[in-house]
Amino acid sequence: MSRRHVRPVPAAVLEEVRSLVGVAPRRDLLVEYLHRIQDAWGCIDAGRLAALAQLMKLSRAEVFEVASFYHHFDVVREGEAPPPQLTVRVCDSLACALAGAEELLAAISQSLGDGVRVQRVPCVGRCECAPLAVVGRNPVEEADAHAVRYAIEAGATEAPLPGGARRLADYRAAGGFKLYADCVAGRRTAEEIIAALEHAGLRGLGGAGFPAGRKWRVVRDQPAPRLMAVNIDEGEPGTFKDRHYLEREPHRFLEGMLIAAWAVGIEKIYIYLRDEYAGLRALLAEELAALRAAFPQAPEIELRRGAGAYVCGEESAMIESIEGRRGQPRLRPPYVAEVGLFGRPTLEHNMETLYWVREIVERGAEWFAAQGRHGRKGLRSFSVSGRVVKPGVHLAPAGITLRELVDEFCGGMLPGHELYAYFPGGASGGILPARLADLPLDFDTLQEHGCFIGSAAIIVLSQHDSARAAALNAMRFFAHESCGKCTPCRVGTAKAAALMARDEWDTGLLKELAQTMQDASICGLGQAAPNPLLSVLKFFPHELEKKP
Amino acid sequence: MSAVKFSLDGREVEAREGESILQAAQRHGVDIPHLCTKDGLRADGNCRACVVEIDGERTLAPSCCRAPKAGMQVRSQSARAVAAQKMVLELLQSDMPAEAVCADSELDAWARKMNVGAPRFPHRAQPAADTSHPAIAVNLAACIQCTRCLRACREVQVNDVIGYARRGEIVFDCADPMGASSCVGCGECVAACPTGALLPLSPTRSPAGGGAGVKCVDSLCPYCGVGCQLTYRVRDDAIVGVDGRDGPANRGRLCVKGRFGYDYLRHAQRLTRPLIRKPGVAKSVDSTMADFREASWEEALDFAAEGLKRILARDGKYALAGFGSAKGSNEEAYLFQKLVRTGFGTNNVDHCTRLCHASSVAALLEGIGSGAVSNPVRDVALADVIVVIGANPTVNHPVAATWMKNAAERGATLIVMDPRETELARHATHALQFRPDSDVALLNAIANVIVTEGLTNQTFIAERTEGFDAFRDNVLAATPEAMAPVCGIDAETIRAVARTYARSRAAMIFWGMGVSQHTHGTDNVRCLIALALMTGQIGRPGTGLHPLRGQNNVQGASDAGLIPIALPDYGRVTDATVRARFEKLWVAPLDPKPGLTVVEILDAACRGEIKGMVIMGENPAMSDPDLAHARAGLAALEHLVVQDLFLTETAAFADVVLPASGFAEKAGTFTNTDRTVQLGRAAVSPPGEARQDLWIVQELARRLGLGWHYAGPQDVFAEMRRAMPSIAGISWERLEREGAVTYPCHGEDDPGQPVIFTDFFPTVSGRGRFVPAQFRPAAELPDAEYPFVLITGRVLEHWHTGAMTRRSSVLDALEPEAHVDVPPDDLAALGCAGGDFVTLETRRGKVSARARADAGLARGTLFMSFCYAEAAANLLTNPALDPFGKIPEFKYCAARLGKAPG
Repeated sequence: MSRRHVRPVPAAVLEEVRSLVGVAPRRDLLVEYLHRIQDAWGCIDAGRLAALAQLMKLSRAEVFEVASFYHHFDVVREGEAPPPQLTVRVCDSLACALAGAEELLAAISQSLGDGVRVQRVPCVGRCECAPLAVVGRNPVEEADAHAVRYAIEAGATEAPLPGGARRLADYRAAGGFKLYADCVAGRRTAEEIIAALEHAGLRGLGGAGFPAGRKWRVVRDQPAPRLMAVNIDEGEPGTFKDRHYLEREPHRFLEGMLIAAWAVGIEKIYIYLRDEYAGLRALLAEELAALRAAFPQAPEIELRRGAGAYVCGEESAMIESIEGRRGQPRLRPPYVAEVGLFGRPTLEHNMETLYWVREIVERGAEWFAAQGRHGRKGLRSFSVSGRVVKPGVHLAPAGITLRELVDEFCGGMLPGHELYAYFPGGASGGILPARLADLPLDFDTLQEHGCFIGSAAIIVLSQHDSARAAALNAMRFFAHESCGKCTPCRVGTAKAAALMARDEWDTGLLKELAQTMQDASICGLGQAAPNPLLSVLKFFPHELEKKP
Repeated sequence: MSAVKFSLDGREVEAREGESILQAAQRHGVDIPHLCTKDGLRADGNCRACVVEIDGERTLAPSCCRAPKAGMQVRSQSARAVAAQKMVLELLQSDMPAEAVCADSELDAWARKMNVGAPRFPHRAQPAADTSHPAIAVNLAACIQCTRCLRACREVQVNDVIGYARRGEIVFDCADPMGASSCVGCGECVAACPTGALLPLSPTRSPAGGGAGVKCVDSLCPYCGVGCQLTYRVRDDAIVGVDGRDGPANRGRLCVKGRFGYDYLRHAQRLTRPLIRKPGVAKSVDSTMADFREASWEEALDFAAEGLKRILARDGKYALAGFGSAKGSNEEAYLFQKLVRTGFGTNNVDHCTRLCHASSVAALLEGIGSGAVSNPVRDVALADVIVVIGANPTVNHPVAATWMKNAAERGATLIVMDPRETELARHATHALQFRPDSDVALLNAIANVIVTEGLTNQTFIAERTEGFDAFRDNVLAATPEAMAPVCGIDAETIRAVARTYARSRAAMIFWGMGVSQHTHGTDNVRCLIALALMTGQIGRPGTGLHPLRGQNNVQGASDAGLIPIALPDYGRVTDATVRARFEKLWVAPLDPKPGLTVVEILDAACRGEIKGMVIMGENPAMSDPDLAHARAGLAALEHLVVQDLFLTETAAFADVVLPASGFAEKAGTFTNTDRTVQLGRAAVSPPGEARQDLWIVQELARRLGLGWHYAGPQDVFAEMRRAMPSIAGISWERLEREGAVTYPCHGEDDPGQPVIFTDFFPTVSGRGRFVPAQFRPAAELPDAEYPFVLITGRVLEHWHTGAMTRRSSVLDALEPEAHVDVPPDDLAALGCAGGDFVTLETRRGKVSARARADAGLARGTLFMSFCYAEAAANLLTNPALDPFGKIPEFKYCAARLGKAPG
């Protein structure tokens, strides 16, 4: 049967969708269009999906595979019922689990009525206020059943605009964008800026720690047109620093971004913001509009919206997502700096890396480099959550130890809690025991213990917590978030989670499996997924001796 | 980059340019397990079974996706690499169903080879099997998510049905059952699947060709003109499966017909004994087996010949005629026309080429001296611009369409012009849905832009062509603005297309019967030829003209002289020199008078002028226009001999029916749309007393007094080589050896010429000739009484009149009944919905069939396929002929649509 005879799209549906996507839809905006349909109708039904495919000259399979990849799209197939109007998303990742996510889920999963769907979701990036329930788009912090009900009844389902953000006018009044103006006016040279970053030792703060100045040089040497992609997909459980800074100083980041674009010769910039940060999205949209008006000559900037996929924090997966595809990491080589977004050389940065550019240049590379402790250089923004008195983002010297960080910045452990263990780098960074709380926390310092600092997300566990349970939580998270492309990760995370859920661990098999996941997975997700598991085997064998 | 030396497991090896580590290792006899990679598919590196250790790298690397670099130290057998390879296999094994779904799983084979023991991991939850498709069993319990099927579907065939959804699930469309999806059944996914998650429903899969009692026979696809090579898998003298073979036209690809449409050969309705009409039984399309009696071959052949001889003696030679078939081999076509020319003594021989590209051939012979294509289909790989007009190759030439879609994906500009929005339009840069019948207006407007904007190739026009001035003057008035209201395409689009085509480095034009089957079909093609000549877009690789030939051997049958105006290799029957050559070769006098064409012959039969006919494998009672008239002609014949596989609608009118052999039951050469001659080999025997067609023709010839002694097709082909200089260099042995040779091929050492017209055109002057064309409307226009335009054509699953495909169980299950495609608004205006029965009526006839809403049709346009005997579209079509090609106007007539009563 000819293809267009298979469930033809009614003209009315076609028109409806056309009104959302325009007459000349762009292939790379597929995820954006799916958002529009999801936002408008609360789901993506088969008919509208088919209409979108037709308008974009794509096949239904190509649209379906993208739509169904992202957790925030409710694809409703023919004959299926659409989801309830309102969704309450309860985070069940590490910090929220420690703070009672399961109890919250138990309390609300049956009691909110037919019009509300309760979904367990991975980290929503507000671990300092755990547990989290997101009602519609409205994050309810330190949530309990009462607060969730209250938000529903009050119709508070939209994310509030971050109140404390310094807007463009204020930022400029305080000297903001002067550096950028100097750059554009030729009062600064690109070489001078790059040298400053190099002397300061600024490294990629998304987790990989690649030297920022060197990255600028590499991309600058590639043929034009060059593109830039800014990663604000901040999905690593325990990490919320990017949100923290953006809610306060969005323009400090934007200025750094424009300086980078200027120094490297960037044609167009894509900012990829995780969908969970709905309030920030509104704020950034306003501020980008203001920025465009203030600097009409600046490169074009597109704000892109993630759709619920941790793996899109991986740079090449993010690029795929920006191109409107499933967020599946690419094989390297070629590297993103050479062949990135739309096949062009691409400067890919975590938001925070750019956030520091202005300050480093203005205050001097030496200032930044002098900040470290225990022989390390620079500053690190630690997202701290778990059993401490003052969770939150703490800007501290690189190389600070966990014990120092908790005591000096976090107000110590919560009453009744003693340090037992900690995740030094989110779910993927592994778990260290209390006896290793005096290691300097920085890039390259934790490898010998099978851990890394990554995005500096510290989750503190106490004697009331279980490393084994935390590791299982992490592995389930990775299994849920694996993009599904490569065997070691797709099958490995699922099998590992199943084995780890058993009363007795088959430690030999788990070790073998972990080795292959580390060795043979395509991207960091699968390669790092076994870290918490291996940490338990290494540091917490006593938890395996008896049933938990 | 050239060869690279690197170290593999401690030994220095050399990798060829473009080779991966895996490929280099394979070539050096080092086995690295691999699953997601397969020859012909883009390496994806997802399964990770082929990981190797590379010195200096933190993690292992997939050897299928990694190019070796000079000095690289690669370890494929290190403990670390092997542990990962085995673990990957074990992980995948742990999710396989307990019972093996196929005997030749690549996963099982590697697991055995690598000594992977019983998997130690818990199973996943398994999806249910999907048996919704008539030809393909989907058992995703055996799926390893390697996406070979997806790449086969999306990147090879570009059918885009298979997706990788959620976090690792193979789906069809929107996770629909395969049978309810837009799957076109090409089976490329089945061929690609390493584990049997996708299998032919026929339980005999064995891609390697093995399997108990299964023999493999290399042959060809019997359907369209693309000429795909394939391998039949045969068990107990029946075909049990088909695999694509690495032929020049298909490189292993097949479509649904080629892969699954083979069991018609063993259909219960196969004729197995000669039949003679019972006395006194009226001739009718409704005649059944009961109206015939079985006869011995001796009796039937005598009866057949006697009838012909009686008419010959009584009414003279012009009272006889013969229809051959473009489905037969070159040898059959050659022998059949020789039978008519030397046995009957006239040129009253024709075949269905008359109904498909007669106008194209007329225009091409007139313009550039040759009716064949200038470049093969696969030259699209070299083209920057590809124009497809009046053709629906995803349906009618599916494998050719895959190359076009590949080219579009690569970045070539695809321009599709068709009154229907075809599937190919989705891949097109420009899709011009012009008004039916307005081809000349559109094409002249394009020519106008090329002329007025100075985009002509003056050098080419000066050196290689003649008649440009008259052509130019003719198109000056056809401005895009003037033609836009006629053809329905806005002036700017016309300009954009004209510029793109004219400025292209290399542009190909493909056309099909949407161009040719008009009363102005020859004019349509004249315009296309002119576009190529005025821009010099011909005579280079990736640059030229390609009329997509319909049937598997329509090119070869025409070449072999199965046409009324020309002898083999196109020497005109009116040319005394040509005749003299053949009279010498055949030792028989030849008639100088051009014969009648297909439609003319049945007209003459209606008038009682043609009284006797032999029809070999043709089905005019379904394929001719205005069937009531055509069938009346068949019924009026005093003596009709039909040789065919089934009691076709035509055979129903016969006095004697001779049971013939199917494609896979005989050997012969076939010439595809690319002018490539290929060998079909017998895979199974004809059932019962069914006989080889060549034998039948010879037996008739013998009874008409011709002393022929051809031992087999080789003998006939040997004579053809002597008769036809174009294939002189192609020997049967060479075909057996090389599989395919493209003519012109003048000597055994001539590699053949895929691209022609490089230096001259085979015309008298050596130049290409411009022939101006004026827009003329169709013979019958819609009016108040018959307000719709009816376009006829084909559907993917059925071939021509359906004689074979409607008796192929898979194909008929996929498209089991007649349907009329109706624009949704017109259907709604009628108060009908898709699936309702509607009546379709023209001045010539009326049929009723289910309606299908088709948003790809402009309002006022209807489409129907002519393959359904129960609602034969050709009862409706207009027999008006193109004056030059004598081709009927199948693509346009006035019709009315009604709600079926009850």
